[in-house]
Amino acid sequence: MVKEEEESPNRPDNTAFTQQRLPAWQPMLSAGIVIPGFVVIGLVFIGIGVALFVTSRSITVLEIDYTGVDKDSPCFKCSDPDIKNCPCTVDFTIDTLFEGPLFLYYGLSNYFQNYRKYSASKDLTQLSGDLANFKAPSDDCYPYDYSAQKPIVPCGSIANSMFNDTFKLFHMVKGTKNPVALDGKGIAWWTDYNVKFRNPSVNPLKDAFNGTTKPPFWPKPAYELDPTDPANNGFINQDFLVWMRAAALPNFRKLYRRISEGEYEKGLPAGNYSLEIAYNYPVLKFEGRKKVVFSNVSWMGGKNEFLGIAYLVIGSLCVVMSIVMLIVYAKFKFPEED
Amino acid sequence: MDFTLLRNIIRRFCVGEEDWPDSRTVYIGHKEPPPGAEAYIPQRYPDNRIVSSKYTFWNFVPKNLFEQFRRIANFYFLVIFLVQLIIDTPTSPVTSGLPLFFVITVTAIKQGYEDWLRHKADCSINECPVDMVQQGKVVRTQSHKLRVGDIVVVREDETFPCDLILLSASRQDGTCFVTTTSLDGESSHKTYYAVPDTLAFRTEQEVDSLHAIIECEQPQPDLYKFVGRINIYKDNEEPVARPLGAENLLLRGATLKNTQRIYAVAVYTGMETKMALNYQSKSQKRSAVEKSMNAFLIVYLCILISKAVINTVLKYAWQWSPDRDEPGYNHRTENERQRHVVIRAFTDFLAFMVLFNYIIPVSMYVTVEMQKFLGSYFIMWDEEMFDDELGEGAQVNTSDLNEELGQVEYVFTDKTGTLTENNMEFIECCVDGNVYVPHAICNGQILSAASSIDMIDSSPGGYRREHEDLFFRALCLCHTVQVKEEETVDGIKRGIHQGRPTSFYISSSPDEVALVEGMKRLGYTYLRLKDNFMEILNKDDEIERFQLLHVLNFDSVRRRMSVIVKSSSGEYLLFCKGADSSIFPRVVSGKVEQVKARVEQNAVEGLRTLCVAYRRLSESEYEEVCHQLTDAKLALQDREQKLAQAYDTIERDFVLLGATAVEDRLQEKAADTIESLHKAGMKVWVLTGDKMETAAATCYASKLFRRSTQILELTKKRTEEQSLHDVLFELNRTVLRQRSISGLSVDCIDFGLIIDGATLSAVLKPNPEGAGHGNYREIFLDICRNCSAVLCCRMAPLQKAQIVKLIKASKEHPITLAIGDGANDVSMILEAHVGIGIMGKEGRQAARNSDYAIPKFKHLKKMLLVHGHYYYIRIAELVQYFFYKNVCFIFPQFLYQFFCGFSQQPLYDTAYLTLYNISFTSLPILLYSLVEQHVSMDTLKRDPSLYRDIAKNSLLRWPVFLYWTCLGVFDAVIFFFGAYFLFDNTTFTSNGQLMTTNTQMMFGNWTFGTLVFTVLVFTVTLKLALDTHHWTWINHFVIWGSLLFYVIFSLLWGGIIWPFLNYQRMYYVFMQMLSSGPAWLSIILLITVSLLPDVIKKVLCRAMCPTATERAQGHERLSRGGGAESTPHSSRRSYKGTSRDSSHLHLGAAETLSLRTSDPLPQKLLAHLGGGGRADLCSLSPYMLRLSGAGFAYCAPGPETSV
Repeated sequence: MVKEEEESPNRPDNTAFTQQRLPAWQPMLSAGIVIPGFVVIGLVFIGIGVALFVTSRSITVLEIDYTGVDKDSPCFKCSDPDIKNCPCTVDFTIDTLFEGPLFLYYGLSNYFQNYRKYSASKDLTQLSGDLANFKAPSDDCYPYDYSAQKPIVPCGSIANSMFNDTFKLFHMVKGTKNPVALDGKGIAWWTDYNVKFRNPSVNPLKDAFNGTTKPPFWPKPAYELDPTDPANNGFINQDFLVWMRAAALPNFRKLYRRISEGEYEKGLPAGNYSLEIAYNYPVLKFEGRKKVVFSNVSWMGGKNEFLGIAYLVIGSLCVVMSIVMLIVYAKFKFPEED
Repeated sequence: MDFTLLRNIIRRFCVGEEDWPDSRTVYIGHKEPPPGAEAYIPQRYPDNRIVSSKYTFWNFVPKNLFEQFRRIANFYFLVIFLVQLIIDTPTSPVTSGLPLFFVITVTAIKQGYEDWLRHKADCSINECPVDMVQQGKVVRTQSHKLRVGDIVVVREDETFPCDLILLSASRQDGTCFVTTTSLDGESSHKTYYAVPDTLAFRTEQEVDSLHAIIECEQPQPDLYKFVGRINIYKDNEEPVARPLGAENLLLRGATLKNTQRIYAVAVYTGMETKMALNYQSKSQKRSAVEKSMNAFLIVYLCILISKAVINTVLKYAWQWSPDRDEPGYNHRTENERQRHVVIRAFTDFLAFMVLFNYIIPVSMYVTVEMQKFLGSYFIMWDEEMFDDELGEGAQVNTSDLNEELGQVEYVFTDKTGTLTENNMEFIECCVDGNVYVPHAICNGQILSAASSIDMIDSSPGGYRREHEDLFFRALCLCHTVQVKEEETVDGIKRGIHQGRPTSFYISSSPDEVALVEGMKRLGYTYLRLKDNFMEILNKDDEIERFQLLHVLNFDSVRRRMSVIVKSSSGEYLLFCKGADSSIFPRVVSGKVEQVKARVEQNAVEGLRTLCVAYRRLSESEYEEVCHQLTDAKLALQDREQKLAQAYDTIERDFVLLGATAVEDRLQEKAADTIESLHKAGMKVWVLTGDKMETAAATCYASKLFRRSTQILELTKKRTEEQSLHDVLFELNRTVLRQRSISGLSVDCIDFGLIIDGATLSAVLKPNPEGAGHGNYREIFLDICRNCSAVLCCRMAPLQKAQIVKLIKASKEHPITLAIGDGANDVSMILEAHVGIGIMGKEGRQAARNSDYAIPKFKHLKKMLLVHGHYYYIRIAELVQYFFYKNVCFIFPQFLYQFFCGFSQQPLYDTAYLTLYNISFTSLPILLYSLVEQHVSMDTLKRDPSLYRDIAKNSLLRWPVFLYWTCLGVFDAVIFFFGAYFLFDNTTFTSNGQLMTTNTQMMFGNWTFGTLVFTVLVFTVTLKLALDTHHWTWINHFVIWGSLLFYVIFSLLWGGIIWPFLNYQRMYYVFMQMLSSGPAWLSIILLITVSLLPDVIKKVLCRAMCPTATERAQGHERLSRGGGAESTPHSSRRSYKGTSRDSSHLHLGAAETLSLRTSDPLPQKLLAHLGGGGRADLCSLSPYMLRLSGAGFAYCAPGPETSV
């Protein structure tokens, strides 16, 4: 009488969600799916791996260590840190056509560009052309923020330690040195060149640097990095940009030049070559090595055998595992199939 | 003199509250005590202001911050944040400061808002108008201005403003009715009494003229306890002292009902009211998962510290040569150079700690808390656990223990009201061995009272006649039943269909109602209690009046109650009814043998029996009794003890009258539930205060014991014959022998143990013979361990808790669950790991003190097997996954230190470090932990054995944890070295054809980190996707959504030069990376490699040694695939396959078999027997048992049982 069929106010909602009965897809890692899946993945990976491996094989890399540790090395004379601006020449021979477009890298090893303090030691505001930070560099740059009470521009360890060896490549044709045109443009990130790094809009550029001093390791100030081309001078000098992007690992290469135009656009023909190096950068103190690398690239970038091999290994592992699983399946009978 | 004051002050302020006076003295109406009254200690009482708010405007910020930083996660963040602020660390303080600030602010705003609401609520309560009597007039004042000693007027339907002692009510008899719904949820009306000397006051003037003081105990939170004394001073007379008990105390929060107006005096005000004291929450229970979580955390903390130490040591070893320490391109500052090497090393250590601090999954705590809080709604929302009759569903009082529901190994259940309905029906009574059965309701027709008595053994005789009369009167008088005449009363009601259709018997004990109603059907109707006279309508329709002099209330230790009445002929009679064990020893005459035989017979049938006895008191004896009782009742200290003593001396020298039998039906599906619990591997113990025979019958009916169960008895009866020592050893031998045999043979017996309270206390008593200390306990535990079911009868409430404690402390440390419905179960509910209250008929104490409250026992099945299982699976994955994903996250950063000269260079960008746990990987796991269902609900219910798969915290054991951690390390190594080999010594360059302006850029360290991070986020999320078995649209949305969010965030984060940020190291890094073909290829490769071992492991494990759960998944899949053909055999088969110990296996199979074959038999018998429309299997279970016993005998020929 009192308690009729009235709906109780406490009664919970009867929805699929509150009753935990939402429709659901219930996948399961059953043999029926996994074995064919593994076979497919394995085959695809092997395919990719073969392609990568073959491509990688087709890439030629020529590495020349010019640190000058050995006495026979042409640059041995330059390895003494007291000698500045030491020129040395490395000769090498190419047997077959070194197909282009070719890229010239410099490589440093045992060089920790990823030291925390080192990689943070720069003032991005200054590098974006803010004149206020020319006068007062950020604290991050310490100890390379002031030199003799003058602000250093560009400040910081990383800028200070910019790689300053230079290379010239000559093709020796019948005793004459035929210079190979090296292109220093387009070696840095587009965004670094166009957005992140800016010269102050002062003309001439030199005036912006009044009252400042160059980094102590630099032979010349930033506005003289490439006096020939204002678009490659100052902070937007591409060598500078490349250097400023700190490498991830202690052994690294950085792009130096491209051989993409002129008569060697198609590659370096077989013959003798001579690389003239202005040896400035000291690396032996910290057991570093310097080298020059010539390399061409493919659709997947530079030479990288690891990726291809990894794909091959994983792909075959997948196939093997699918066979193992098939055996297990035959032996144990998967429960869902019995 | 002065010294006492000083001492008081010192005591008050120095020693603390414990040393306060034990009692307080309240001056009613603030009248000075008359001269000559004993000196008293003035006490200050708080005003009646209720302060539920935690903060004031001024202390909000410091107090809230303090509260928040007491939480370990916040504190950890704070420490890291401070370290980051103080020393030069690799990551900016923002990485820990921002989340910390966010969490703190959000929590503070939420708590501030809640507190503001509380302030508002407090305000409205404190300012609500209250009428009080001052100088003979009613004055309206505000609630918070009430003081102890004020006289208050409360009208019908008003709520009491503080704890009051009732002085007088508008009802003639000085009673008033009260509901305490808001206090304890009981909606029944309770009666409160005024002191006889004051109940006649009708006007304010009269009340104001009262000159009295109240002495009472200091406030304490127990709602049902109060001791006090009122001293009333009348002109030139000795003061009169009256006892005050809980029945005189009106509690704040309760509501006055059915009474126009009362006068009452305030004794406890404001924060000292019992309601306010009950705000304080109970002690926290912690779940096993939480414990292992903390253990894992300590391991990770060790890993963190050792990582930092390793890196620091290696750093200094590696930097031993100065060129490495300070290469020419990276000069140190002057400051650093001058710092002592120890300080430098310590700073480095701290910096490493900061760098790796993310390995501690701090956000796990927040997520776990959210998961528990939100997840508990699924219990409350569950429609299957909603009871229409009660109009209530399951309640969650602590969401902290959700997953513990999936870990239960021992279930301790109360019998009455838990296994049974607590819906009593009077069956028969016997007077001196003559049995009376009321057949009042027969085929739906109500027969007249006179013809209903069916005397089985009718040998007339004057002696018998006299006893019969006394017996029926005893049952009509010896109770605390009230008669309700209105129908507005909710709660327990039983219609009386004769005469007054609108009156009900109400009592807190259904037994009493059943008895009084049974008496009515036998012709003796209890009419009412009026002016202390109980009126009975006897068989000849005459009204008999008895003066009620004393009630010796029932308590579960004494297990009996008595009344002392004065008949109209002036005789003093003491009637007592109680459990046979507590009556028989006190009986001096009467047909003990016959009654005993009948009682035992009834008990075997599962009926609840009570014995009735009486004692005639002479005038002088009565005076003596009266004196004893008043003394005890007036005591302020140890009142309970003194009362018990008094009761003990009064209740003796009985003449036995007879016994009653009341049936309590089994609850719906109780047997099914117990069976499921057994199959799920839980051991079920029934703890009851009932007789052994009654309890054993119920246990058989509820399938706790089966016919095949070998019963071991450990009862007083046996220990009287043999020494306890021998019995214990003999039982132990039996059990052990069986176990060693069953190791080989197919046949196996399961044991059931019956133990009673007396023997139990003997077992638990420390052995006096020094050497064997605790020996019995161990043997007893050993026996228990081998019994699938244990029945403990004749238990006192505290013993129930003792048993739970004993099992809890045994060496396996099993997880216990206690379930009960009454106040006597509260102690065990509080003691057990999980306490479940049944919203029963005996009030709400159990439900209030429990962690979870359910309407019926049958809901326990879903609660444990479905909800518990899900919660455990979910939280286990949550915990493991959190540790896993943080290993994956931080281990590459650890490895990177080896390649950056241990310079603490972070691998990932600040934004990634900050957001990884907060947003990139948090939602999928939270959602998983809310909605995952690895097998369907129906499967879980159908196949309880799946519960065994997760027993003993199996998903959070060390090997599993190790597996997850190793997987994390493996994945981290793959991520890092995968990226390393791509970067190292190769020209990892982007493709000139894709973006014509970019040709041969090198990637820097941030690209390296971003590559690792991208692989990490995808792998970790996909790992969860692989683990998800239940893909609802929400899962799809959250998993793919969070991956998409990561990509979009990275594009945005790198796409813009963010103002106000002094670095742009991530500028275009993500886009540059994506523009490179090898990056894509390596991301795909690394994700695949990382996931591969886990997939292979899963597939192989599933094939080679599938768990029951995996089999169930397979079956589910098959049945889904094969259409509607669901396989009822599947559960049994999987059961067979999974149980690794063979004893369970065979048990299970045998049991299923015996059940199948035997089921139809009792049904048929029942139909035969029941006839009168009672075909319900449960209701007749005791009969069924007896009858079907023979049928079982050849079905499952087990060893003889000893019952």
